[in-house]
Amino acid sequence: MTDFWTTVGSGEFVRIVALSLGVSLSATGLAVLLGLPLGASLAVLRFAGRRPLIIVINALLGLPPVVVGLVLYLLLSRSGPLGELGLLFTPGGMVAAQTILATPIVAALVHRAMNGLWTDYGGALLVDGATRLRAIPTLLAMGRLPILTAALAGFGRTISEVGAILVVGGNIAGYTRTMTTAIALETSKGNLGLALSLGLVLIGISVAVSATAFALASGDRR
Amino acid sequence: MMKVTRRLLACLFAAGMTTSATSAAAESIVLASTTSLQDSGLLANILPAFTAATGIEVRVVAQGTGQALATAARGDADLVLVHDPEAEDKFIAEGHGGERRQIARNDFVIVGPVSDPAKIGGGHDAVAAFGLIAKAGAPFVARGDKSGTDALEKRLWRKVGRQPSLASGDGWYKDIGGGMGAALNAAAGIGAYTLSDRGTWLSFANKAELKALVEGDPGLLNRYDVILLDPKKHPIAKHDAARRLSDWLVSTAGQAAIGAYTKQGQQLFNPSAAAPK
Repeated sequence: MTDFWTTVGSGEFVRIVALSLGVSLSATGLAVLLGLPLGASLAVLRFAGRRPLIIVINALLGLPPVVVGLVLYLLLSRSGPLGELGLLFTPGGMVAAQTILATPIVAALVHRAMNGLWTDYGGALLVDGATRLRAIPTLLAMGRLPILTAALAGFGRTISEVGAILVVGGNIAGYTRTMTTAIALETSKGNLGLALSLGLVLIGISVAVSATAFALASGDRR
Repeated sequence: MMKVTRRLLACLFAAGMTTSATSAAAESIVLASTTSLQDSGLLANILPAFTAATGIEVRVVAQGTGQALATAARGDADLVLVHDPEAEDKFIAEGHGGERRQIARNDFVIVGPVSDPAKIGGGHDAVAAFGLIAKAGAPFVARGDKSGTDALEKRLWRKVGRQPSLASGDGWYKDIGGGMGAALNAAAGIGAYTLSDRGTWLSFANKAELKALVEGDPGLLNRYDVILLDPKKHPIAKHDAARRLSDWLVSTAGQAAIGAYTKQGQQLFNPSAAAPK
């Protein structure tokens, strides 16, 4: 346990937690920005290719992180097509990888929630004279809690993920090392107790983020 | 709804900004290195002195030697620090590598369960020990990840005269496709033999029933070389800063730092820049 307290008390550890949260929350934010309009449009609008798109997005729920990491690695490598950006082995590259992983989750869950609301209230909204496009904001306001759940599901995917960020970020000490890659490293050093303690801290952080989000949402309702 | 969204976005933005502001050193280089130098803790121990002396931050990406050389060949690192002479020769012959200098050496050990079912304990002949393990069909954990250790293990099996594999019915040969730490964890978990570099072995904290059984074979020499990239093939790499790190590693200060690194009173690496083998 002394190992644990020395680790948790160090500046290095604070940086690791800050980076984990920073990368995962940034990726979740981007995934919400992309997935929210996408999921809502799929529920409300009618356009060619809508059904295939729904199938594709649902299939991407099972996107393997390590494959996303590998593809992004090849794209971002200095000898790859996007090498000029200099994003390989940086937090920016990690955010890109996790955004790709979280967006389908947010889009699929928002689509599911909006679909139900549209079935219940769509007719009434259209009778009131709103166009389908104009009905989306009203519908989003009604589906606030399911949307929050969608965002938290995206966050859950990103904060717990190790396969993609290990490949794209490189687990560089003090720069791209996150909670999950630090746990993988401590495990490979044979420090199993320390790795497990860090895992518990990570779970605690997830719970805290989720509780904060729900507190914000229910506070807003009053 | 809008209020929540705005608040959430503000939180996200703030978090994003803190992240991007955390690292702001003057100059940084990417060093592609091996898992043994990371898992043993050597690089984390000696590099701060280099950064303090030069202001250059070293970003270590620890991979197996094969992967580290591939990373550098793609242009994603500024220099490499690895331990597989044959793979290094190829890397240099292909025109990727420039100057190569040995910085340290130690040796490999064959570790295994204290019960030692293949009766290899106390031996000093790695090939003979591998032969006994194969004959006994005792569990053996293989890296299988094209690392320097993996390359040496395959060379030893070649000297035994056969490369065991699950496909040819060797159920005792477990190719885990992982780093040195993962292999030691696996060996500790199932009471298997494995080949380990001494640095990772001595600093490994989950030894369980494992023990170093065979050591002292000259064929188990483990040397670490720093290799600069060829400026013509890799014009974008940060050659000047990379050279300063390479110079520092073989300098009196760097060599002393390597020699001073110990775990539980034992020296893990012998600085060998002055007398490379």
